[in-house]
Amino acid sequence: MTDRSVTHATFVLERTYDVPPARVFAAFAAFADKSIKQRWFAAPEEMGPEQYELDFRIGGQESSRGGPEGGPTYAFEARYEDIVPNERIITSYQMSLNGERISVSVATIELKAQGAATRLILTEQGAYLDGLD
Amino acid sequence: MLDQQAPPLDRVFQALADPARRAMVERLCRGPASVSELAQPFDMSLSAVVQHLQVLESSGLVRSQKTGRVRTCTIEPTVLRSAEHWIIARRTSWERRLDRLGNLLAETSDQPDHGSTP
Repeated sequence: MTDRSVTHATFVLERTYDVPPARVFAAFAAFADKSIKQRWFAAPEEMGPEQYELDFRIGGQESSRGGPEGGPTYAFEARYEDIVPNERIITSYQMSLNGERISVSVATIELKAQGAATRLILTEQGAYLDGLD
Repeated sequence: MLDQQAPPLDRVFQALADPARRAMVERLCRGPASVSELAQPFDMSLSAVVQHLQVLESSGLVRSQKTGRVRTCTIEPTVLRSAEHWIIARRTSWERRLDRLGNLLAETSDQPDHGSTP
């Protein structure tokens, strides 16, 4: 029987990239070639090459499914809630493990120009469920 | 280096702040490994690998046992089983994504890479 629990948490990650915000934004949007985003975002070595979908617009969805060979199956499903080109991207997303929901989160990505570089700030606020193993 | 009084979750995050240690944890999530197996993908000395393992062990994420001349490392399931595991997993996943994004941007950049991407 599953032991039901919810843990709420927030974490913030920051990076500086030596390219302007438009370049970083383009890597998230991947309008030209979604396989480029799959390579860094839903890395095949983590999620497997099985499935990756991206519809980068407000209300659009992004999903991936897979996992290490012989290991559990992870699924990621996101919805784009807010997009301000070159400045901000907000998604709500959930993760599941072998079909059981393990987390529901809001991820906010802010891009700030710093000279010719970009400061990226990722804030994730989540409900982490049941401590499923 | 590590504050022994720090709450366990802080020590887990400290342990996972390093990309080499994250890679070791990911390897161990797939199954136990000897120290030399863990060291194999890394361009670092065995003693550096052992130091990383000591940080992982003090965080509680990893334990090791010596049988004969081989030290075998395993993931500590009681730490990973907690709900905090998902927070760590999400955070680690984003850390890796943002590092890969940095590599991609540096590769495709017309400008020289100044190495400011961690």
